[in-house]
Amino acid sequence: MRKRWLAVASLVGALALAAAGCGGDDDGGGGVEGSEDVTGNISVMAIWSGAEQESFEAVIAGFNELFPNVTVKYTSGGDNLGPLLSTAVQGGNPPDIAAIAQPGLISQFAEQGALQSIDDLRPEIVDNFGEAVADVGAVDGTQYAFLFKGSNKATIWYNVADFEEAGVDPPETWDDLSEVASTLKAAGITPYSVGVDVGWPITDLFENVYIRTAGPEMYDQLAKHEIPWTDQSVKDALTVMQDIFGESDNLAGGTSAALQTDMPASVAKVFSNSPQAAMVIIGDFAPGVVTDNPLEPVTGYNVFTFPSIEGSDPAVVGSGDQFVNFKQSEAATAFLEYLTTPEAAEIWAARGGFSSPNKNVDPETYSDEISRATATGLAEAEVFRFDMSDLQPSAFGGTPGQGLWKEFTDFVQNPDDIDAITQQMESDATKAFANS
Amino acid sequence: MSESATTVEAPSGGLPPTGDEPGFFTKYGVTIVFLAPALALLGVWVVYPTISTIVRSFYDRSGDDFIGIDNYRRLFSDDTLVRAITNNFLWLLVVPFFVTAVGLVFAVLLERIRFSVAFKVVVFMPMAISLFAAGVIWRLMYEKDPSRGTVNAAIGVAHDAVSPSGALASALPSTEAVQGGTAGGLVLDEDLGPGDVARIGLTGIRASDVPDDAVQAVVPEALAGGITGVVWRDFKPGGGTPGELEPEEVGLPGVTVELRDASGRSALDTTTEPDGTFAFEDVAPGTYRAAIGAKSFQKSFAGISWLDERLITPAIMMAYIWVWAGFSMVVIAAGLAAIPRDLLEAARTDGASEWQVFRRVTVPLLAPVLSVVFVTMLIYVLKVFDIVIAIAPGSVQDDANVIALAMWRTSFGGVNDFGLGAAIAVFLFLLVIPILALNIRRFRSEV
Repeated sequence: MRKRWLAVASLVGALALAAAGCGGDDDGGGGVEGSEDVTGNISVMAIWSGAEQESFEAVIAGFNELFPNVTVKYTSGGDNLGPLLSTAVQGGNPPDIAAIAQPGLISQFAEQGALQSIDDLRPEIVDNFGEAVADVGAVDGTQYAFLFKGSNKATIWYNVADFEEAGVDPPETWDDLSEVASTLKAAGITPYSVGVDVGWPITDLFENVYIRTAGPEMYDQLAKHEIPWTDQSVKDALTVMQDIFGESDNLAGGTSAALQTDMPASVAKVFSNSPQAAMVIIGDFAPGVVTDNPLEPVTGYNVFTFPSIEGSDPAVVGSGDQFVNFKQSEAATAFLEYLTTPEAAEIWAARGGFSSPNKNVDPETYSDEISRATATGLAEAEVFRFDMSDLQPSAFGGTPGQGLWKEFTDFVQNPDDIDAITQQMESDATKAFANS
Repeated sequence: MSESATTVEAPSGGLPPTGDEPGFFTKYGVTIVFLAPALALLGVWVVYPTISTIVRSFYDRSGDDFIGIDNYRRLFSDDTLVRAITNNFLWLLVVPFFVTAVGLVFAVLLERIRFSVAFKVVVFMPMAISLFAAGVIWRLMYEKDPSRGTVNAAIGVAHDAVSPSGALASALPSTEAVQGGTAGGLVLDEDLGPGDVARIGLTGIRASDVPDDAVQAVVPEALAGGITGVVWRDFKPGGGTPGELEPEEVGLPGVTVELRDASGRSALDTTTEPDGTFAFEDVAPGTYRAAIGAKSFQKSFAGISWLDERLITPAIMMAYIWVWAGFSMVVIAAGLAAIPRDLLEAARTDGASEWQVFRRVTVPLLAPVLSVVFVTMLIYVLKVFDIVIAIAPGSVQDDANVIALAMWRTSFGGVNDFGLGAAIAVFLFLLVIPILALNIRRFRSEV
């Protein structure tokens, strides 16, 4: 038994080396050689349901073509995936594999010893996804996860008819964006729709601004709480955000309505035949959250990249679902390895609603122009950083009504109160980092 | 449990002794067989989880380290949790009282009208909906935008009937030449005398909101002995040059322009033409200002923010009372039907007014029923959860927090601190115990 395990491990190692060797070729990072010898049942959990579940099951079917004797059972955890997994880990019965969106939760599981190291897959992961994305899945130097389904948050969506009515073009710099907003207002069109909701859409906006005004290095330091939230760089970024939140009539329905709008509703206000605002600042998943979207892509709604601020270099803030391994088995390793390949990603990419951070995915496989643009923006980003609030202890960066989400809600409400808000952020961050 | 024990024991005490002491199994066998399924279920689903929750509450987040009463200390020092506890006490003070009172009023009033059954069905209907569904309904009804939220739409109809919205509700000055907030109207900051031409440029007006008869704006010719001018939409695609009347920029017809004299009083007024022009003929010499009155800028009703941090808790309470009033009414009506009519008649014969009959006879006779409703509501309100999570938008969940919601959010809603969550659950359990004890004692005394 032990010998056989070693044999598999060395086979995996050899494959990884082979993959690393041929990396950078046009044909991608090397596929997985199938085998009928690998057998077993594995369970997989993720949030995907509905159309996403069907797409992921198509990926499983692709895996089964190579490994016909492995049965993969997928269960959707829906929005309650985090609690479900925490409870399952507490009870000692987690699934074999899961895709988790919060790196904070992944490191929590890793520290509890619930996760298996996937260091053996690291060369493949780096080859396909690049160092920056690979490092997001590492905890204290050990690889535990890799980003399979990404989302590009450096995007702003707009209603094409509104832009045409006001005679404006998608801006490339922050100053242009402000100019566009004031022209829209002169035309009687509300510039922004914001779904403050529980606050995370505003943390995303902050992260996009901060990585541009303070730079990626300080972004990393702030994410690890090595510099305080009262730092001048945070205040500067909030000052830039005042351009949007400073005037209530910049927002659809005014500030008080924005505070009660959830994220899907904020997108629906723009993706409409009688839009209530021209732009919505939200990640690349926007078109997917509107039910009965009446507009066509490109001609009805379109997207532009988050503008550069004072000459900043392009940078992408993203997030996404990372696969982790709770129980080690031959079959689980084979499946995880398959998921790192461009072939696995291309199956879903062709079906739509998917951005792969895998650099070796052929852009032509994306089904439409817009998803091709946002996905390649993600995969080819020279500067990529994971969503900062997701990297925080969840009490500070991921809980409705607490920590950052609450403070950014407060900021929308009182955009002039920067000093008090940054102090509150700092004291909550200190508390959360001490408790985690 | 005690009841079944007595029923088994009673015959053995009542029968004459048979000589042999019955064995343990013969004595309790039947009891055990009948109790076993219930005891097993209780053990698995109630006793074990309760004990394990109490134990868990003394351990930290990971469950590895014993931390004594630290979790309970955090319960009373963490802002969010303290907020939840205060809110829950507010619920205790307000909701059971109002549910009982509203139910009583409905029960008493409905007793006297025809078709009372139909009304009772309507009032009772919300009980047929789950609290969560009721929450979703009210969440939609409370929407701020009057075109989406029923509550604000109703208020909006009344509001707009009193002060209708103006033709230029969203208009803004295009340059600094036009001054003033929309509250006092807009004034052209330029002294005018007979023979002058006023240009009032406005922006912020949606192209689709411009009246259909509007045509390209023109600057009118000066009029000897009079003041002319133009009010126009100072915008063309791309923005144009503010303050300059350009091609593609249309006049704003039907706007009432005032001519204010030196003291600021409105001396004359007129209405603009399709090309935006207006003219005051035969103006007495002097200096004037051209202005558009505040009425034109009257905004339509924007809606009350029921779901903001100040109103959220009362708003949820209102929905909760709506749901439970039916239950309260039905129970109280049943009690009312059992009141001996002759007592009421006697009081009326003795010359008591209806109010006195209600206050001095009906209510005291109903006291046991009222207290059942009240105590039941106390228990339900202590553990209120689903309606709060359904109505409160994420941004105000903290302000609407209650103990049960805080427990769920702490354990499962992102914090993932099962230790603290368990401590909150134990605290809630301790709060419910006295009320449960009270209820059990009352049931006993009634039996």
